[in-house]
Amino acid sequence: MDLEEQGTIKRVAEGSGRDRMIVLLGTPNKSSTAMIALTLTQGDPSYAGPLAGVPLGLPIYHILELEVREAIPSDVYAREVGPLEDVLDVEGISAALKSVRAGR
Amino acid sequence: MTRERRAIHVPVIRAARFVLAHVPGLVVLGSKPRRELAREGEALRAQLRAHLRSFHDAVAYFPHQIMIGNEVPEALYEIPRPWHGQPTDNARASGAAGLIVDQDTFYAWLARADTADLVVLEDAYAARIAAGLTGVRVITRDAAGVALAVASGAEPFYDDGANKAIRVAGVVLPGDEADESLQAPVLLENLAAKVTGALALRRLLDEVAPDQAVDFLLGSGEEAVGDRYQRGGGNLAKAIGELAGVRTPGGADVKAFCAGPVHALILAGALVASGVHRRVVVVGGGSLAKLGMKFRGHLAVGYPILEDVLAGMAIDVVADDGRSPELRLDAAAVHRIGDGGAGHHMYGALAQAPLRTLGLRLSDVDRFAVELHNPDITEPAGSGDIPANNYTMLAALAARAGEITRDQMPAFVRTRGLPGFSPTQGHIPSAIPYLPHAIRGLTEGTMKRVQFIAKGSLFLGRMTGMSDGASILLERNAQLAGKGVTS
Repeated sequence: MDLEEQGTIKRVAEGSGRDRMIVLLGTPNKSSTAMIALTLTQGDPSYAGPLAGVPLGLPIYHILELEVREAIPSDVYAREVGPLEDVLDVEGISAALKSVRAGR
Repeated sequence: MTRERRAIHVPVIRAARFVLAHVPGLVVLGSKPRRELAREGEALRAQLRAHLRSFHDAVAYFPHQIMIGNEVPEALYEIPRPWHGQPTDNARASGAAGLIVDQDTFYAWLARADTADLVVLEDAYAARIAAGLTGVRVITRDAAGVALAVASGAEPFYDDGANKAIRVAGVVLPGDEADESLQAPVLLENLAAKVTGALALRRLLDEVAPDQAVDFLLGSGEEAVGDRYQRGGGNLAKAIGELAGVRTPGGADVKAFCAGPVHALILAGALVASGVHRRVVVVGGGSLAKLGMKFRGHLAVGYPILEDVLAGMAIDVVADDGRSPELRLDAAAVHRIGDGGAGHHMYGALAQAPLRTLGLRLSDVDRFAVELHNPDITEPAGSGDIPANNYTMLAALAARAGEITRDQMPAFVRTRGLPGFSPTQGHIPSAIPYLPHAIRGLTEGTMKRVQFIAKGSLFLGRMTGMSDGASILLERNAQLAGKGVTS
């Protein structure tokens, strides 16, 4: 996530819509998932961007997580996500998010 | 008397040739090194120079031997990486699919390619490569004159490399000092593309049907040739043909970022099928801007700078000769505006959909050629193994279609995919480096079908958020069917 994106998200989160925001990730592996999830919950771990030291604590999910999948009509999910379930490391991505949510 | 109506022909791809110009002295002029060196200066320059390869090492590099047809891609599965640590014994610079030329040869051709008196060689350097300049009207200046030109906006090109000698070999003068499109660095880029494209075309025409006239050249390189009023004016194809010494063809360029060559092959096939032309050659030169693009990653892991070659290509498309693989125009596909841009949408549109129109499945294709970037080049820079990722996506589509089980995906990738072996020259890695190997497998070997899939990042130009892509299916010639086929 580049610094500009961090700034945009910070502005939106600090506006009036904070309670209606959730983050839905489409990151391709567990390390990028963990990095962005940390940035948007506990603050930029690299201390380089506008979210350094800013724990937004946003609720965060990944498109490949079971709970998300169940919330989307199956035909839409199959068309838009489909084979990515077979290509990407679903378990690793889910574990990375669980770890971030648990505050580790 | 009226002429007879032109017949519809089956187009075939008869041959493909690749030329790699090993130009370590130009690596510092690649876009990324140029920017980083301007920021960080001499220490980084010295570090970069210390990691340049010799011509001998570039020739012995196994992926380059595959590009010129002396080795097969599948052999890389058995060779430990990094591949520069496993040089080929007794490697030759010439092969059935092309050749590798050294820097002196390239610079001599740069002088030969100059029709506007803008390439100036330094006296002593010109004397050293005099043998390569026979018949070329060369402009030379002494070292002081060359330095003066550089101070006035000329672009220097260097005579260095693994021998560590740092010397300006020559310069390209600006075409018009007030025209951004004719600045010296732009002209050097364009001349580099012209030279490498012409060398590939010359090689093809020397070896394949030299007596049969070429009717049309379709350029599909990455350069933008023009002036201030039309900076991407184009038709480098004709300039490439002129330099290669052919007089019969006309030409035009096809642009679609990295997908350009496969789009051009579809159009070439259509021109031949319709009888508009009998022999069309798709040509393209190398990308100087991409030299050293990932050099930071290579320095970080102690590799030599692996992006030190410019690649040119020439692909011969003619009407059915009873032997060469057929270009199935009824299974040619392009990524349409309404198609999705995710990986599986792209491959669904470019791989699966055209096969379905013929009643075929993914498993009916012997090999897929996708973007064949060499992972030795891309992985140290954090870009991953691009072909491996793409083949996994194809395997996932086959699994979703019920052709294979999920457990069979790795075997699908191994048997129907390829290891990456192409230099990261943008349009060059986009499937086409496998053409010489596919032609051989589809004529002398046991293969029946090979699909070539290319993608292009249109969004980089800021005019759209879209990607692009195109694919072609090559099939064993119907007149060869059965002969030598065991599968």
